[in-house]
Amino acid sequence: MANILIFAEPQGNNVKSVTYEILGKLRDHNIHVGIVGQIPPKAKTQLANYGTKQIHFLTGESLASYSPDGYACALGELIKAHSFDYILGGATSVGKDVFPRLSGLLESGMASDVTNFSLEEDVIKGTRPLFAGKCLAKVEIQGPKPHLVTVRPNALGIPQEKCPTEANISEKAIPSITTAAVVKEIVKGTSEKLDLTEARIIVSGGRSLKSAENFAILHELADVLGATVGASRAAVDSGLAPHSMQVGQTGKTVSPVLYIACGISGAIQHLAGMRTSKIIVAINTDPDAPIFTKADYGIVGDLFEIVPLFTQEFKKILNAQ
Amino acid sequence: MNIFVCVKQVPDTETKVVPTADGTYIETEAIKWIVNPYDEFAIEQALLLKADNGNATVTALRVGGIRDTEALRTALAMGVDRAILVEAPDNLDSYMAAKALNGALEKSEAKPDIIFTGKQAIDDDCLQVPGLLAQMLGIPSVCVVTKFACSEKKLTLEREIEGGAREVYEVDMPALVACNKGLNTPRFASLIGLRKAKNKEFIKYSLDEVGVSESDRKVIYSEFQFPPEKPPGKKFDASGDGDKGDIVKEVVGLLRNEAKVI
Repeated sequence: MANILIFAEPQGNNVKSVTYEILGKLRDHNIHVGIVGQIPPKAKTQLANYGTKQIHFLTGESLASYSPDGYACALGELIKAHSFDYILGGATSVGKDVFPRLSGLLESGMASDVTNFSLEEDVIKGTRPLFAGKCLAKVEIQGPKPHLVTVRPNALGIPQEKCPTEANISEKAIPSITTAAVVKEIVKGTSEKLDLTEARIIVSGGRSLKSAENFAILHELADVLGATVGASRAAVDSGLAPHSMQVGQTGKTVSPVLYIACGISGAIQHLAGMRTSKIIVAINTDPDAPIFTKADYGIVGDLFEIVPLFTQEFKKILNAQ
Repeated sequence: MNIFVCVKQVPDTETKVVPTADGTYIETEAIKWIVNPYDEFAIEQALLLKADNGNATVTALRVGGIRDTEALRTALAMGVDRAILVEAPDNLDSYMAAKALNGALEKSEAKPDIIFTGKQAIDDDCLQVPGLLAQMLGIPSVCVVTKFACSEKKLTLEREIEGGAREVYEVDMPALVACNKGLNTPRFASLIGLRKAKNKEFIKYSLDEVGVSESDRKVIYSEFQFPPEKPPGKKFDASGDGDKGDIVKEVVGLLRNEAKVI
């Protein structure tokens, strides 16, 4: 039985769902969860339901605003106090920023962005995509513990079965440290929706959309499905969408449950970034577009005709529920 | 002002990546190498900062194989003043790469005021080196930067987070800035630039000289393979004059009842 710390990030009333995805893979271990700030109201019961034995909330002046060095230091303090063997967290904006610093601080090895992992006989083995998913490889960590792993959101899925336990809660006051890079202000994005890397459903558009205004038809479909809108590199480079919406090797690598590609031909670097989607729907006028080789359901047709029909049809069946 | 920019050489984004027969890495013989696309934004930002600071020097740093020096040649041709190459195998892990960069910085004697990197390398996609290197140097890091301003050794930076939102940072130099697409428009390496590049200072170190050995390796890769192929999907023709509504209805039905994702 290993001593494990999962770094969980608050999101609304709960912690990010990747926390529960990680918990599902770690039955029968001594699992602690670390959260910066207060524990979100729904998280306490739910974390216990999925096997968390101890929840630490970290408080301190230097944690009032996000700072990669401040967060790494605080987690370092908690880790040293409990001699954890493994530290896991989501490969989110914060996870990707804090874990490498933590790896440097602890001089510990780290596996980034795994899409699956197992912990057997005190060795953690991960699978991760490289070259944006053009190939996969096994990854193992060696050297002194703790070993660090970040897990790609949506890749594992929420565990079907719970394993309820009692979770103790403790506050860990972090002594004030001088943090060097501190967030002064947050400028809101154009969308309040889930980030592409965490979205369950993505509706994505290519250069065939022709103008930024035409993305409205994708947003209408996305609104009905509770989806996030993405774009191909061709669309971003033509100025139809901001880079934050780009899916692919030089954008975001995504793993939604459903990916709807509208007017995207499927350049190799785009396919690499979205091929781990569970189900792919492609709409394209060119019957030979490479996107169809990856699509579970391909429709040869004009997206300007087909997308509104999808919006209508989804509205009908989702409202009927 | 001492400006450093870390660059990596990666396979072109259009490259078809093929695992080696023994699964230890990918076939590298036929690959076209390019500067990691995000590093181009780092090089450009370093050059823009130099333009505002008359007596600044820009040094490009790379850890990697000597087979091709495309990345450093491009950096020099774009206008970087000098280059440092730490000769190393292709398969270093992030920790070794960061330690090698740190070692090369120590040897270069010029104390860095600012270090630019790309936000990630598009080959191993680990996103570890910027944070590791900053931690090793004990300096702040701001990653995924889309806006940069520098005044009197104070930086104002915007970092892109989830949903396209941005965090604003004010950071004192020395600092590490990991650059994202959208930060600037990288200049092209001109012919004159390429010619000039040949006469610029080009320093080489071995891994040993920068204090890195195989015992620093922390991450082991194996079983490189293609991702599993999906079975062929269902294709519908809605390009004619027929009833497209029926086709869409059928696909929505399949998404609900067969794929069970809706």
